[in-house]
Amino acid sequence: MANTETPLKKVCIIGAKGTIEDVYATLVMANGAVMEGIETKVFFTFFGLDAITKKQMNKIKTATIGNPAMRAPGGLPFPSILGMLPGVEAGVSAMMMKSMEKLDIPPVDEFLEMITAGGGEIYACKLAMDMFKLEKEDLWDEVKDVLTIGEFYAMCGGENTQIIFT
Amino acid sequence: MAQVTLAGQTVEVNDEGYMVDASQWNKEIAAEMAKEQGIELSDKHYEVLEFLRSTSEKGETLTIRKVGKSGIVDIKGLYQLFPGGPLKYSSKFAGIPKPASCV
Repeated sequence: MANTETPLKKVCIIGAKGTIEDVYATLVMANGAVMEGIETKVFFTFFGLDAITKKQMNKIKTATIGNPAMRAPGGLPFPSILGMLPGVEAGVSAMMMKSMEKLDIPPVDEFLEMITAGGGEIYACKLAMDMFKLEKEDLWDEVKDVLTIGEFYAMCGGENTQIIFT
Repeated sequence: MAQVTLAGQTVEVNDEGYMVDASQWNKEIAAEMAKEQGIELSDKHYEVLEFLRSTSEKGETLTIRKVGKSGIVDIKGLYQLFPGGPLKYSSKFAGIPKPASCV
């Protein structure tokens, strides 16, 4: 804070996963950077594309199976077998979104709007788009471009730039 | 903690230049702090500052989302008013503590 000899100038964030916690890690870091006046570019790839796909962006979930950190309210154990029951994943995910809303953390589409409103740029991975058979029209309107990883790297040069993989 | 003179008044500020006592604040102090950052305060700026001060007084956590929903200015406009620090600069000029918020 006080030591700002060589402040961070640019962050290039790569979001490759599509669960609530992964997508929000990407979005919180991106938005936080924009708010600090740091140039911000975000590249969504693989399952991370859900965060910028119109049909999926506000339906992301957290995994209730195979997630050892999953606990019931009050810190009680949450047996994996419960996570298999129909509706549990949706219910748990809705609860998580609700507790974030209480902290003024917006839904995915609004969060992306906050990032672009401050000048942050959102990109999609061409390879993953081809793999999932997605077209540019399937993506959120403000996605700036569909890029190869090489093209994204070309934007990540310069002094005091960091690439972050979430 | 240090004392600085802003707009002819001695005020207490922390290491990052945020005022310690919000009641010492006035518009001239805000204008001088903004000038140091290269920002000329307009009526719109002051509306935002007043909103931040009243929200902070109520003990609510400040976020840019909250300012965006205040009806004063949208988030894009907020960035235009306070380039490079929509919340950190605005709260500084408003004479309130730096919000402990990630949004």
